[in-house]
Amino acid sequence: MSNRATPDAATQLEIYRRMALIKANDERSRKVIMNGRLVMPYYSPRGQEVIPSAISVNLTDEDYICTIYRGSHDQLAKGLPLKDLWAEVAGRTTGTCKGKGGPMHVTYPAKGIMVTTGIVGSTMPIANGLAWGSQLRGDGRVTVASFGDGAANIGAFHESLNLAAVWKLPVIFVCQNNEWGEHTAYDKTSNVKVADRAAAYGMPGVRVDGNDPFEMYAVAQEAIARARAGEGPTLIEAMTYRFFGHVFGDADAYMDKARKADAMANDPVPRFRAQLIETGIATEEQLAEMEAAIEKEIDEAVEFALASDFPVVEELKRDVFAEEMA
Amino acid sequence: MNAETPMAPANIVKAAKANILQGINAAIADAMEEDENVIALGEDLADPEEGGVCGVTKGLSSRFGEHRVRSTPISEQAIIGAAIGASLVGFKPIAEIMLMNFTTVAMDMIVNHAAKLRFMSGGQTHVPIVIRTMTGTGFASGGQHCDYLEAWFAHTAGIKVVAPSSPKDAYGLMRSAIDDPDPVLFIENLPTYWSPAEAPEKGHRVPIGKANVLSEGSDVTIIAYARMIQEAMPAVAKLKEAGISAELIDLRTIAPWDRETVVKSVARTGRAIIVHEAVTPFGAGAEIAAVLNEELFGRLKAPVRRLGGAFCPVPFSKPLETAFAPQTADIVAAAEALVKS
Ligand SMILES: Cc1ncc(C[n+]2csc(CCOP(=O)(O)OP(=O)(O)O)c2C)c(N)n1
Ligand SMILES: [Mg+2]
Repeated sequence: MSNRATPDAATQLEIYRRMALIKANDERSRKVIMNGRLVMPYYSPRGQEVIPSAISVNLTDEDYICTIYRGSHDQLAKGLPLKDLWAEVAGRTTGTCKGKGGPMHVTYPAKGIMVTTGIVGSTMPIANGLAWGSQLRGDGRVTVASFGDGAANIGAFHESLNLAAVWKLPVIFVCQNNEWGEHTAYDKTSNVKVADRAAAYGMPGVRVDGNDPFEMYAVAQEAIARARAGEGPTLIEAMTYRFFGHVFGDADAYMDKARKADAMANDPVPRFRAQLIETGIATEEQLAEMEAAIEKEIDEAVEFALASDFPVVEELKRDVFAEEMA
Repeated sequence: MNAETPMAPANIVKAAKANILQGINAAIADAMEEDENVIALGEDLADPEEGGVCGVTKGLSSRFGEHRVRSTPISEQAIIGAAIGASLVGFKPIAEIMLMNFTTVAMDMIVNHAAKLRFMSGGQTHVPIVIRTMTGTGFASGGQHCDYLEAWFAHTAGIKVVAPSSPKDAYGLMRSAIDDPDPVLFIENLPTYWSPAEAPEKGHRVPIGKANVLSEGSDVTIIAYARMIQEAMPAVAKLKEAGISAELIDLRTIAPWDRETVVKSVARTGRAIIVHEAVTPFGAGAEIAAVLNEELFGRLKAPVRRLGGAFCPVPFSKPLETAFAPQTADIVAAAEALVKS
């Protein structure tokens, strides 16, 4: 990997900022639910912070992403404002979707967050369409489709990768392999690496340590450059680990304790933090200040959300069609 | 005949004026001509693949380019997904799902995504796609190639459903479907593709949600759509001979259906028969009958009748297939029974 691009100092800091934001937001989300201030289905992205952070520093607001229910890390990394996110997951009218979508359907086109789906495997077919649009317009934008290891076994995965390859679409398929699909281990559901499947469609497939910011950055940059240059799609399998149960409240008894402890001991967020200090990219004070600013911003977002109004019941008739229903 | 490789039945004379297939083709061509954001995709759609299995899109890729009229792999989820994605960024895709039964493998994309993204995003995104699909009994294609599944989609908030029965309506509804800011399922009837009738005028629009009163009458209202119009027209003539004045309404749009026109008509006649090729239980007829009861209870002279397909998979054997869907004689008998009751 020595010939691969290394992020410059400012980019490293920015990757870390996004990771720290995701981690802090996750911790706060779990706390707020635990305290009973908010009720929502919550799928923690804890442990998977590096993947979207290292990818998204290679993207602009004009590039698109499609993500899943476990998607707050993808959304925040892509620039979703905290207030809009929190108000949405609190079901308030000030949320991204006026509270009508909720955590599984956060949408924010201003930052290219086009679709968040609760259906496993459904980001890929739609991502192709966004990318087809870019191809038709020649606008140079790329689309990133996020999905889990479990989603690689859905028919739509096959259909979408095949179509993207045949049409040479500017799309990057990012499988966040966290070793689990709900309660079932990836090993039990596939005999091959997800990345190896790319060969079947005639596109590059790369398995990468998704908890290593430099590796993830370099692989993402290559795939994005390929897509922008009109050379077609790439499948990235980013290896990571889900720190908690599938959904908040899942006691995760089925997860191997030693494996989990090991993954948590290798928590990518403090690890990268230490590296930044060690390599002189940042000082302890600088990072502490950054983290404090994030906490403050989250405080404000939570209070903003909880103080916001719920939507009026008339909203049931709005946005079903362009025209309000009778 | 196999529905995968249909041909015009030999006894049908090539269009005197225009047929439904030509109406659809012209509507797409005119829309593509006017708006470069109108694009089309589907299996066998482009001219190297012969412009569709029935040739509905013939000529379009040669005229507008294969980048805008694109043949796809046999991947229904990917087809609808690509249409949805492109629509989110300003395109107006027309996706073809060759046969209506094949929508079943794309239901997630249609129902969970196309129909719901506007609502779930709080109106930030919307999905202005047209899904063209053909179906219909009559070509001995058996249980998986000719179902009418419109009720599945009409039961889903966020998607519109239309089913034209004439070249003019096919053209006008296709233009309106392409104009529409929301997803529209456009159901084409295979056996009547080649039936000639009055040609559409360029630019003509048939509003979505507006029924068409094909013949006025005072004793009974017959509500039908798609090929059932061709069964109902002779029924109206036969009933007239028998001294029964039947009003025939071509619904044209199934969702949202034209309640006003239908309720007004039945308020006058006091009797209603709904005819569709889809199986009767939980079909569009059930919804219409329920609304007629809600609106007109006490003013109805007889219970609302439904005539639909038999509640079984579409059979292959000719006599069974013929008996499956409502026919002219069934409509006549039902109307006579209602009037006499
Ligand atoms: C089509 C479909 N089947 C099943 C589910 C239920 N379900 C939700 S998440 C999930 C596991 C998905 O695992 P993976 O794709 O690895 O993503 P992860 O949750 O690990 O991020 C399942 C089975 C669903 N939402 N959609
Ligand atoms: Mg997983």
